[in-house]
Amino acid sequence: MQQTKVVDMRGITKRFPGITVNDGIDLSLLQGEVHAILGENGAGKSTLMNILFGLYQPDEGEIRIHGKPALIDNPNTAIRLGIGMVHQHFKLVQPFTVAENIILGSEPRRGFSISYREAVRRVEDLSRQYGLNVDPNARIEEISVGMQQRVEILKTLYRGADILVFDEPTAVLTPDEIEELLDIMRSLVRQGKSILLITHKLKEIMEIADRVTVIRRGKVIGNVAKAETNPSQLAEMMVGRSVSMAIDKKPIEPGKPVLQVERLVVKGREGAPAVNGISFTVREGEVVGIAGVDGNGQSELIQALTGLRKAESGEVRLMGADITNAAPRAISETGMGHIPEDRHKHGLVLDFSLRENMALRTYDKKPFKRYGLLDYAAIDKHAQELVEQFDVRCPDIYTQARALSGGNQQKAIIAREIEKGPELLIAAQPTRGLDVGAIEYIHRRIVEQRNKGKGVLLVSYELDEILSLSDRVLIIFDGQIIGETRPEETNDRELGLRMAGSRLDKDAERSHAG
Amino acid sequence: MIDWKRWFIKDNAAIPLLAILSGLLFGAFVMLLGGFNPIDAYSHLFRNVFGSPYDFGETIRQVTPLIFTGLSVAFAFRAGLFNIGAEGQFVMGMTGASIVGVLLEAPWYIHAPLALAGGALLAGLWGGLAGFLKARWGINEVITTIMLNWMALYLSNYIVRAFLLEPKQQRTYLIHDSAKTSMAWLSELFGSARVHWGIFFALLAAVLCYAFLWKTGQGLELRAVGHNPHAAQYAGMNVKRNVTKAMFIGGVFAGLGGAFEILGVFHYQVIASASPGLGFDGIAVALLGGNHPLGVVLAALLFGSLSYGSAGMSFGADVPPEIIRIIIGSVIFFVASPGIIRWAMGLFARNRKRKEVA
Ligand SMILES: Nc1ncnc2c1ncn2[C@@H]1O[C@H](COP(=O)(O)OP(=O)(O)OP(=O)(O)O)[C@@H](O)[C@H]1O
Ligand SMILES: [Mg+2]
Repeated sequence: MQQTKVVDMRGITKRFPGITVNDGIDLSLLQGEVHAILGENGAGKSTLMNILFGLYQPDEGEIRIHGKPALIDNPNTAIRLGIGMVHQHFKLVQPFTVAENIILGSEPRRGFSISYREAVRRVEDLSRQYGLNVDPNARIEEISVGMQQRVEILKTLYRGADILVFDEPTAVLTPDEIEELLDIMRSLVRQGKSILLITHKLKEIMEIADRVTVIRRGKVIGNVAKAETNPSQLAEMMVGRSVSMAIDKKPIEPGKPVLQVERLVVKGREGAPAVNGISFTVREGEVVGIAGVDGNGQSELIQALTGLRKAESGEVRLMGADITNAAPRAISETGMGHIPEDRHKHGLVLDFSLRENMALRTYDKKPFKRYGLLDYAAIDKHAQELVEQFDVRCPDIYTQARALSGGNQQKAIIAREIEKGPELLIAAQPTRGLDVGAIEYIHRRIVEQRNKGKGVLLVSYELDEILSLSDRVLIIFDGQIIGETRPEETNDRELGLRMAGSRLDKDAERSHAG
Repeated sequence: MIDWKRWFIKDNAAIPLLAILSGLLFGAFVMLLGGFNPIDAYSHLFRNVFGSPYDFGETIRQVTPLIFTGLSVAFAFRAGLFNIGAEGQFVMGMTGASIVGVLLEAPWYIHAPLALAGGALLAGLWGGLAGFLKARWGINEVITTIMLNWMALYLSNYIVRAFLLEPKQQRTYLIHDSAKTSMAWLSELFGSARVHWGIFFALLAAVLCYAFLWKTGQGLELRAVGHNPHAAQYAGMNVKRNVTKAMFIGGVFAGLGGAFEILGVFHYQVIASASPGLGFDGIAVALLGGNHPLGVVLAALLFGSLSYGSAGMSFGADVPPEIIRIIIGSVIFFVASPGIIRWAMGLFARNRKRKEVA
């Protein structure tokens, strides 16, 4: 049977100053399929999707939607053509309710006034139809990231989209939320929608995609049916060499303590303690992983350790020095590197050039500052070295950080923090949004820190990552460390159960007591 | 080296230029509606600016304070702060200069610099106060600076009346000659127009402003705070101190403008019922100049020339000078809504594309 092409992009070429980002790309999306787009960081995936959604204009090539040539000059045109996009960074109005956010810009009217009740009803209908389970009256700021993503999906459906584009939708989700999202996608496809999915996770592709298009450095490398491929073949197509996720970790005897945390208490956003009396130690030559479901105090713990949030009580020592509630600069200079969880909020000044971002923490130190003036020659040299060493793909070091692809932004931060040579590296979600080749490289660098006798504190929602990198794993739940294990003594299923199962234990205790 | 072609194609040069053009066209349209001849009006305006050395000198005098207040707003803006208070800081600068200029006596090489410093310091503190309130308690600087503008007006009137008033006058005593920053030879060159040292200091201030923001570590900090305070904090910068500092330095720029008005142009300060408005114009200058020191200088040149030249328009072509405020207003409107300009620029390119698709 000949399926119809709902999207047909032919020979799409897009150039930015100094770089060809899409180079004659052909891509077609069939009615009712999930089509995955796979490619290295900076390969040009987001750019291609932004072209389809009318955010960029291609320099060459044509786009057909439902067989008709289309000039998509802005997102409104795209929406009119039935294209909806769920961006990686959500565009929601925080204090508004779900329903208000969804109708924003195409409000149902009754005379001159907006019919809110009508809006809620329609949102409820859509939510039920696709199994989204969204409460139309909840405020955005009160709901989880996973729910916010569903609101974005609803927004596109509400506007009548039948072609849905997802740009790395699972990068911000927890494993459970990912499962639910995949279910939602299945239900969407069942009801006649077609989906373009960008993801770096091969597991997800194998689970949901029908076909895969692989892009490397702006060119299509291949187009395969899922049924005829496997993860390692995909990885090889994408990176151009075989990728091994196995890590060479010699056993080392941990040395002196690098980080000592004693009965730390940190308040969360609502004023209740988010970290509730945590104690642990990280030693030289050791990677300590913190495993837990999102929102159990990990963010607050890291922010308190790095000086971004006040600790209520307890003590933090780095290399023996008391750094409790010290200023971020003092902590950093005592010997801490920090790969922050939120790269856009903390990690980068997006409007700065890459070279300035590379010196963001050290601009007032020796080679970069002389007689109060910045020595841009030294700053450039430093940035250039890091870019080459960590393979940050960018037109040049004068490019704005904003113009880098998501994964390359992450690589730039990691380069800056590791290069500082910290005694303790705190890595929060270090490989979020990276391609498999880059993950392999970053994992090596993290283990290399450990092998050099430095301490590493790793926080990740990816159990695979925790298990393959850590020497010890601490399980965090509800602001407390509820257990410790070693990767060789456990597996992801058991760990996952302990992260959530403890909740059952607790409830059981409570009901006994009560 | 700067790649001029690329720089020009980028929005930062094309949009202001097209905005100016649109503003002038809109002004012409309004004149037509009012039954005036725009070509006649504009040529008189032009002649009034460049017609005689005196007029040219007076235009420079008009431009000078606009550079200072424009820098004040632009500098604070680079740190993410909206300094509506250049007006009040300007007034405090005038007052500080008057106090030192009238009450003190000293040789000129001490007196004039001291009077400038007095104005700059008072204005700096005035601006810094708003910065401090923002840093310490998070009070929005737009609100505090607006309030401080009024307080500056009344406080300076009080100071003038209570300490500096010349009997039976509505103004201070004249400042001592030793505090004046007029330049006799330059003034003569321009047919005794009131040009003064201020223009050189204004240009120097623009250069220093640029160098500080883009060549020093402190400037990098300030810009980082302006773009993303969270990342600045993460990187170990003291966000609160930078906010206070940016408002202080912004105040110093505006204050120098005010001080030079007293020391170089008027030589006394009057009891004013309203503040002079040059600080508010600074907001427009900074906006048109893209908050860049070079842009500020160019924008100040334009606005200063327009407002000085508008007098010629009313004499020569009988066009009410208020028209010039309409033109300035519409230039600002077009700069502030680059979407309109881009849309107009895009129309052409898009039409071509459409034809290709069809
Ligand atoms: N506005 C821009 N100006 C200049 N270069 C840009 C711009 N936007 C993107 N680029 C460059 O285009 C390339 C491709 O970026 P794109 O965001 O499409 O990558 P990607 O495949 O989505 O990568 P990732 O997996 O990391 O998200 C990058 O090298 C990036 O630096
Ligand atoms: Mg991307």
